[in-house]
Formats: sequence, C-alpha cells, structure tokens
Amino acid sequence: MIGDGSGASGLAGSLRERGALLLARGAGAATRWLRRGGGTALPGLVATALAPALLEELGRLPGHGSVTVTGTNGKTTTAHLLSAAARAAGLQPLANHSGSNLERGIVSAFVAAMTAGGRLPVAFRRLGVFEVDEAALPGVLPRLRPRAALFLNLFRDQLDRYGEVDSLAEGWWGALEGDASGLTLVLNADDPSIARLAGAAGGEVVTFGVEDCDVALAGVEHAADARFCDCGALYAYDAVFIGHLGHWRCDACGRRRETPAVSARAVELLADGVRFELALPGETLAVALPLAGLHSVYNALAAAAGAHALGLPVTAIAHALEGAGPAFGRQERFRVYDRDVRLLLAKNPAGMNELLRTLVTPAPPGPVLHLLAVLNDGVADGRDVSWIYDADLELLQGRAATIVVSGTRADELALRLVLAGLEPALVEPHLASALERAIELTPPGARLDVLATYTAMVELREALANRTGVAPYWGAAS
Amino acid sequence: MTVARAGLAIRVVSLYPDVMGVYADRGNMIALVARCLRSGIGCQVTAIGIGDRLPAEADLVLIGGGQDREQRRIAGELAGRGALLREWAEQGAAMLAVCGGFQLFGRSYRTAAGDELPGVGIFDAVTVAPGPGWQRCIGDVLARAEIEGVGEVVGFENHGGRTYLGPRARPFAQVLYGYGNNGDDGAEGALAGAAIGTYLHGSVLPKNPALTDHLLRAALRHRYGDGGAELLALDDPYAERAHRAAAAVARQRGRARAAVRW
Ligand SMILES: [Zn+2]
Repeated sequence: MIGDGSGASGLAGSLRERGALLLARGAGAATRWLRRGGGTALPGLVATALAPALLEELGRLPGHGSVTVTGTNGKTTTAHLLSAAARAAGLQPLANHSGSNLERGIVSAFVAAMTAGGRLPVAFRRLGVFEVDEAALPGVLPRLRPRAALFLNLFRDQLDRYGEVDSLAEGWWGALEGDASGLTLVLNADDPSIARLAGAAGGEVVTFGVEDCDVALAGVEHAADARFCDCGALYAYDAVFIGHLGHWRCDACGRRRETPAVSARAVELLADGVRFELALPGETLAVALPLAGLHSVYNALAAAAGAHALGLPVTAIAHALEGAGPAFGRQERFRVYDRDVRLLLAKNPAGMNELLRTLVTPAPPGPVLHLLAVLNDGVADGRDVSWIYDADLELLQGRAATIVVSGTRADELALRLVLAGLEPALVEPHLASALERAIELTPPGARLDVLATYTAMVELREALANRTGVAPYWGAAS
Repeated sequence: MTVARAGLAIRVVSLYPDVMGVYADRGNMIALVARCLRSGIGCQVTAIGIGDRLPAEADLVLIGGGQDREQRRIAGELAGRGALLREWAEQGAAMLAVCGGFQLFGRSYRTAAGDELPGVGIFDAVTVAPGPGWQRCIGDVLARAEIEGVGEVVGFENHGGRTYLGPRARPFAQVLYGYGNNGDDGAEGALAGAAIGTYLHGSVLPKNPALTDHLLRAALRHRYGDGGAELLALDDPYAERAHRAAAAVARQRGRARAAVRW
C-alpha cells in the first residue's frame, strides 16, 4: 500500500506487528535516555523477537522501495552519499546507522521513523537506504526485497567472526541465485569476487569502476584476497588500485573485467579531497569530492551507480557528491585546542593501507604526520588482531613525527610499529589519556590523524563530539 | 650497531607466501628478518611461488595459512615436493608450518567439501574438516611449548579442520587456554625433529621471541653444526610486552569460556 490519503502508509499486518513496534519504540527511547549507544539496534531486536515477519511487512512501506549497500569497506560512506543523492532528488531517505547493519538495525530505522500507530509518515516519498553486514545479507535480501543491491568489495575482515572470505561470497551467490524479484545489481567491476555476482543476477546489472591507470599501484598488495579465478588460475592485472581491485583478467579461461557503465577518469588525489570525471551512460560530470583517497572515489562511484540504477537524476548525484560531508567517523574532523583532529576508521589491512597512502601521498616530504593509532579487539573490531601484519605500516617510515599508540591491544600494535622501523612516542592503553597526550604532542595549527578500529573510533568520536559540541550520531539522523 | 658476524647467514625458504598468508603470516618473516638484522646474521630469503622450483638447500622453511580454496590450489604441487622437503627435515632443517600449512605438512587433509588433499608427510598427523554444522575453532590461545627454553606461547587460532596426531608425532605444545589441534586432547601442533607445526597465528613469531630464537638457533645449527654459531641474547621489550598482553587476554577469555561451560 503506497501513499494513502493522509500521506502515511501503515502496516497492513496484525495487532502483533503493531504491538511489537510500540514496545520497540519504548526500548529505543529508554536506551537513548540511558545513553547506551543511542538505542540504534535494541528497538529492532525487541521488534523482531516479538514479530519475526516484521521486516517483510516493513519492506513494503517505502514508496520508492529500498536499496542495500554491502561490502567489506565503504558501506557507511556509500550509503551516506546515496542518501544525499536521494534527498537532492526530493526523496526522503530512510537509513540505518553505522554499527546497526544487521536485520535488527534496519527494523530499528523503521521503528524510529514510524508513528506509535504503526504508520510511516510521507511513505510515498520514502527510499530505504540500508547498509547491510556482509554475513547478514543472505537473510535480509529475501525479506526486505530491495529494488537494488549494491556490492562494493570483498576483503578479508574479521575472519574470527566471518570464517573464510570465500564462504561470504558463496552466501551472496546463493541468495542472488534464488531471487526471482528482478532485483537490480550494482557491482564493482574492478573486484573480481564482486563482478562474478553478475552470473547470479536475475535482473539488470549496473557496473562501476576506475578507468584511470595513472593512479594504479606498482602491484597486487599483501592485503589482496581474490587471487584465483573460478577456473583455478591466478588473475593477471593490467592495473591495481586497492588490494586486489583493478583491471584484472584470467589468461586461462578468458574471464576479464568488463568496461564499467559508470566510471571515474582523470583522477586527482589531493590532501583534502579528490577530483575526477564521473562518466555515466550518456553523460560526464566533473566532480570535486571533499573526501580524500582513492577509496573515496570508489564510494562515490558506487553511490553514483546506485543512484543511476534507481533512476535518480544526474543533477541530484552531482549535488550529493559535491556537498558530501564525511560519514560518521570516516574522515570526520574536530577542532580541539587549535589542532585539527581527523578521525579515520581503520579496521582491516586493505582499508588501513588505503588510509596510509591517503596520509602519505599528498603530504609534504619529511616527518610531518602526527598520529594516534588505536587497536581494540572487541567483537565489533574483530577479536583477532593478526591483520596489523598485513597492513603496510612501513609506509610511514620517515613520514611520522609522532605516533601515540593506544587501545586494548596497544602493546601488539606498538610491536608491529617497531618492526616497521617506527618508534612510538608513547604507548598508553587508556584511550582518553592517549588522546590528550596525542593532542599535546601535535603542534598548534597542525593536524592529528587518528587511525582507530571500530569500537575505538566510536569511543573517540563521542569524546571529541562532547568536547566540540558536535551532535552525537544518533542525534544527527538523516 | 650490529655487524654481520664473520659472514654468518641462514638460507630461508618461504613457501607460497603470496597464497598462504591469509592470517597475516607475513609477520613471521618480518620478525625473523628483524631478529637476524639485530644479531648480525645474514638472512637469504627465497620466496617460492606456484610453479617455482625449490632451491638446493634450506636451513629454515616457512609456510603460512590459507583457505580451503588456496590449499586445494597448492596441495598437489607441494606434496609432489614432499620427498625433498622430508629429506630437509630429516637432515635437521628448521621449519615452521602454520594453520593451513601445518595441515598440509601432515599426511592428509580432508576439506569441508570432502576433498582429500595429499600432505607432505613431515608430521604423522591427519586433519579432517567436519564441514557444515560444526563450529570452527576460533579464539586466543595460550599453550606451554614442549621445547626446552620456549615456555608459554601465545597466538590466535581459526580453523575448521581437526588435527589428530599419529604415534610418530608429538605435540608442539599443551593447550592451557584455547582449542588446539582438535579441541579434545589438549595437544597443540606437532613436532618432528626441528620442524614445528602449529595453529597459532597472530602473527606467532613477533610476540613469541623465544620461539623465534629457537627456530633461528636450529637453522644456525643446521648450517654450521653444534657450536658453530651462537645466538646472542637480546633485549626485546616491545615483544615481551606484546607477549604478556596477549597471554593475559587468552587467560581472561579462556576463563570466561570455561565459566560459561559450567
Ligand atoms: Zn579463469
């Protein structure tokens, strides 16, 4: 049911679903009041426990349907850009928040937007934009039934939680192969493990990728994960951009990267952002994105391809990219005591390496960087901290002026840095004290870059937000 | 400042580092090279990729972990080199085989999909992945090494396969906290001469400096004979702290798990 007379659409379902929503709203309000993580997941947890079929009901409410965003790196920023494009097109996005990307987080997003009576205001203008955890996607797809599913990349990440990378890809394939809804797939042409999903598509496929070989790396990185084609041969590359993303081909069976429908050309990597030409079918735009790093180009491409697949106008896409602010904890900046503190989420080798390059490449030569590096081992960070040995911390040699090390596994990160030829200025496991000391060690007027795993980033962001008056993330709803 | 002592050097062979390195096994090579550098010992590393020939000799062989797909890809070729690798092991070359590499250095590995992969046969051990429905063995490990002077070893394990030792193998360590080879018999890894197989990654050598030194001594002994080259004791405060911190985490999580079981 789309858009009744009152401009709201409600649950067709039973009293059970309505009751579940009501209780869930109470749970959300209570956690916000208690300030436990903003209450982003609990309402959904309550609601799905009371009414397991809820997501299927809710998925029908947004008038413009929904889009899912999945992949190891870039989900939050891509969903953030896609929401901005939807807003610029006159739609009202309904989005879940970072860290709440399981089914219950999606349900929570609906709960937060609905009235106590189970109605979704302005449903006819709504577009669901949901980031979905890699392992949760096979369960979410058949019930949410989005119009489009966007796949960014697949890197090793939290293997202690996900098991092997290959089993995630198999789970996606199974969910897509069984789908008969005509779902549109938006795929990264440069990642062979993502591009192959086209083979399981029942509907349209829109691909995106980087066409500028001038920004390629010297070769495949240690952090690369897709090395073998389905036929068993090693992939060859004409250009590598990040990890195993690039212009790949298999010389044994002839499978190769296809020319993407949406692409970036003439890429310029700058200290505070990127410039590139965004080529869409039949149209090319000059984009100045205020987010740094080649990974930001990929996120922007993914959002543009997603918006294009959903039929949003090019002007809305351009508007969203030009005015893009950082997503939660992803290149967010805070002004503290005349220092510019930049928060960078670094949670796996591919992401960390890309951030290190983003720090080192545009900076002037010499030891000019001031860093706070934090390694936590909570469930949301990954219990296994081995991955720091696949991160190329050696890139910081001769470039870091000060490095403060913190987190629950600070001693292991300090050892990794020492083995990379870098002497930490200080190892302080207590995060708040480490932040204070890192700010003191950064000269006034300079920038402190904070590389932090997920739970550390959340804790630091709250500390920085409290200090600078930036809204907590659950207050900054889109 | 350290100077290479009278041209001492060990020959290290790294097997399939670009394929078998899913749990950042690269850290083991980083730690080894750093230790050699500080001790003034040369370290000649030969990385073997798919299709490459093995060199004539080696004092130390390293192999890391991979997923079933990668293991399937190299198992045949690796087993085909079994005769030479076993000969090296019998002549006392030091070896460190981690996780998937440990499984393939045993007699055989049956994957979760039911494929029977041939092993190198350095360890009298058989590994079977029970497949869907069975939990992987995942978590921090603290174990007591059965090698004099190595003491407690720490690391992280993440494996579906369960490894059982035959009568000609003995465990590398006894599990204090964690699963070890199979979660049942308290054994962790395997020993055969100077060859060590283990499920510990993390990476294992950086935060277990006593194990690194043990391997390095074994490699020096292989090259120069008993008393031919001594390894100096070194202060390594960052490694010691990382070891203690990881051991504390394994103990605390192990106790929490035991409490839940009760
Ligand atoms: Zn192929």
